[in-house]
Amino acid sequence: MTTACPACVGAAPAVERAVRESSAPSVSLSVPGLHCAACMRTVENALDTLDGVENARVNLTLKRVVAQSNLPPDALARRLAEVGYQAFPYNAAEVTSDADATARDLVLRLGVSGFAMMNVMLLSVAVWSGATDATRDLFHLISAGIAVPAVAYSAQPFFKHAFSALRVGRLNMDVPISLAIVLAAGMSLYEALQGGHHAYFDAALALTFFLLIGRVLEQRTRASAKSAAQELSALEVQTAERMRGGRTETIPVSQLVIGDTVMVATGARIPADGTLLGETAITDRSFLTGESDPVTVAKGASLRAGEINLGAPFTLRAEAVGDDTSLRQMARLVETAENARNTYTSLADKAAQIYAPMVHILAAMVFAGWYFATGDLRLALNVAIAVLIITCPCALGLAVPAVSTAAIGKLYKLGFLVKSATALERLAETEEIVFDKTGTLTKPGFAADIDRLSDDHKSVALGLAQMSLHPVSQALAVHLIGVSPAPISDVVEVSGKGVEGHFDGVPAQLGHAGWIVGTGNGVALRVGEDVVHLTQTERLREGAEDAVRGLKSQGFDLRLLSGDGISRTARIAEALGISRFWGGLGPEEKHQQVLAETEGDHRVCMIGDGLNDTAALAAAHASVAPSSALDASRNAADVVLMRDGLSDLPTLFATARKAVTLSQQNFMIATAYNAIAIPVAVLGYATPFLAAISMSISSLTVLLNALRVKL
Amino acid sequence: MNVLVVLIPVSLLLGGVGLLAFMWGLKDRQYDDPEGNAARILLEDETPR
Repeated sequence: MTTACPACVGAAPAVERAVRESSAPSVSLSVPGLHCAACMRTVENALDTLDGVENARVNLTLKRVVAQSNLPPDALARRLAEVGYQAFPYNAAEVTSDADATARDLVLRLGVSGFAMMNVMLLSVAVWSGATDATRDLFHLISAGIAVPAVAYSAQPFFKHAFSALRVGRLNMDVPISLAIVLAAGMSLYEALQGGHHAYFDAALALTFFLLIGRVLEQRTRASAKSAAQELSALEVQTAERMRGGRTETIPVSQLVIGDTVMVATGARIPADGTLLGETAITDRSFLTGESDPVTVAKGASLRAGEINLGAPFTLRAEAVGDDTSLRQMARLVETAENARNTYTSLADKAAQIYAPMVHILAAMVFAGWYFATGDLRLALNVAIAVLIITCPCALGLAVPAVSTAAIGKLYKLGFLVKSATALERLAETEEIVFDKTGTLTKPGFAADIDRLSDDHKSVALGLAQMSLHPVSQALAVHLIGVSPAPISDVVEVSGKGVEGHFDGVPAQLGHAGWIVGTGNGVALRVGEDVVHLTQTERLREGAEDAVRGLKSQGFDLRLLSGDGISRTARIAEALGISRFWGGLGPEEKHQQVLAETEGDHRVCMIGDGLNDTAALAAAHASVAPSSALDASRNAADVVLMRDGLSDLPTLFATARKAVTLSQQNFMIATAYNAIAIPVAVLGYATPFLAAISMSISSLTVLLNALRVKL
Repeated sequence: MNVLVVLIPVSLLLGGVGLLAFMWGLKDRQYDDPEGNAARILLEDETPR
């Protein structure tokens, strides 16, 4: 067990808790930092000791906590932040949807087939070890009584998929599976009623059981990826402050209508496209343009949904709401691009395309051959069905899901959320990685160039910055960690301009340059007569250097694209050692650049976060986005990076490559097993016992091989 | 061989009991948080909720 979490050192004291019945609505929070038993206790206690919160219950598997409370979810999240856990509220109703019901349904079918298989196997062992005549017939009939209803219930998912594939005239893996199960059960039933020697009830059930394992694994992977994406989208601000008759009211964004006056608080995202009603506003529109500098706009300017208000609160008149905002339009563009990618043929599909026709032709040939050779219809059918069962796609059906589940589980622990089922395969195929700069390789938010400040100025700057809740001040304060703040008296925060006060009797100001010196953009500091402009710089994201070094040593070509000017881009590229970079690119140019790089079957992975990257993310062969990215970018990406650092990026690609290698190995194991089993079955030597043994061994080999991805 | 008349129903009954227990556990959401349940055993004074 890792001790990476704050509470693992010294478990929190136990607190007596009474079971209370509560009628308060349940509030759900996602807590990615949960690791161990002590974490659970700390989080549950922190919430339970909060007034108005009851029955906090952690789910460690999903890293969530659910509690009954009338408090807003934000209050709970703040409480958890106090005890050291980052928490995000999410809409539980939205996340726990039908995926949950499907998973439960599959596991139930798995359970039924498992129990039926065990019981039938007990009876079968008796037959194999020599039961004859009436005893054998009785055992076969009892087996039939268990197996037929169990198969009819448990194998339904395969029947449904096979049927829907056949209806549109296609063959998928479920067709041979369904055929093998139905024929094995049907033929065995006939044999049991006729007092025949061989019955394959256990094989029919084992097939169902092993293949359902694959199905459950697949479903679990897909559901966890989906629910995580939904969790993230639930983080988006969904409410707006509408002004009506001099009062503000909080309403869901969906209820905004054109012409509404909307109030945007400091640090909040603009909920709808509109025109500015206030005098001026400072916003961060880096997600649209990729430029990291804040933009100052005047009254009447148009603002777009998603920009962040960095200045004083302002009001705007909504002009495009909901699906009409430029943000959503961009997201729709991405969806179109994504559909193009969905045509990718996965490894498992490729295998099924070869396997399904082959096994049907083989079985038909065997049937025809035996019928013409012996003239015995029953014998010919028996041998043909034995071939179908023996070439059972068990190992093939498990080959990919077993590996990808193990790989995705490992990556989840490292903070990577793999969203699409084929993402690992596509990541493994990439040869070149294209990075976005702002927000991906560099930290999102602001950082000022503090090297030009003298020590006195630094402490004054911190003293002032601490007094303000403005995002720029807070970022500056974080940046000045280690400096001791100067005592500042008479501190006044001038809304939308900055902070001022007195230090040692001289006036000190920190804020917008236009306010301090009368002209200019950006942030400035005044102490007495000295004025220092704090130009914004960018800090590299934690682990960026390691990631670049690691990826280079894995043989990837690296590129850097940015919406920022060429000189800034060059500086970052140089710092990281990326030799090819482009600056000043708009969203469309980025998209074009990625397409140009893709030229000639060259597979590109795009790593980016902004809305200006989404088209490029969707166009690339594979894509990764940090969790700080915008909703649309996260939706476009195959993998979402849940942690701040980038240092594990090389592991992501290494794991993806390993997963594909292991999947291919699994196919080889399945093929090798078929190469031995098929001749035996074709020649008519297959017995139910042999089928049971080989089926179990091949499935177990494949499952064990899949676990090697975690090594 | 007459013992089979007793043994077979008994084995089926036991299997059925196991299956019912599994269905009950699934319905009762006992499989929803396997990691959490494994960790909770380490906590002291856990009051059942």
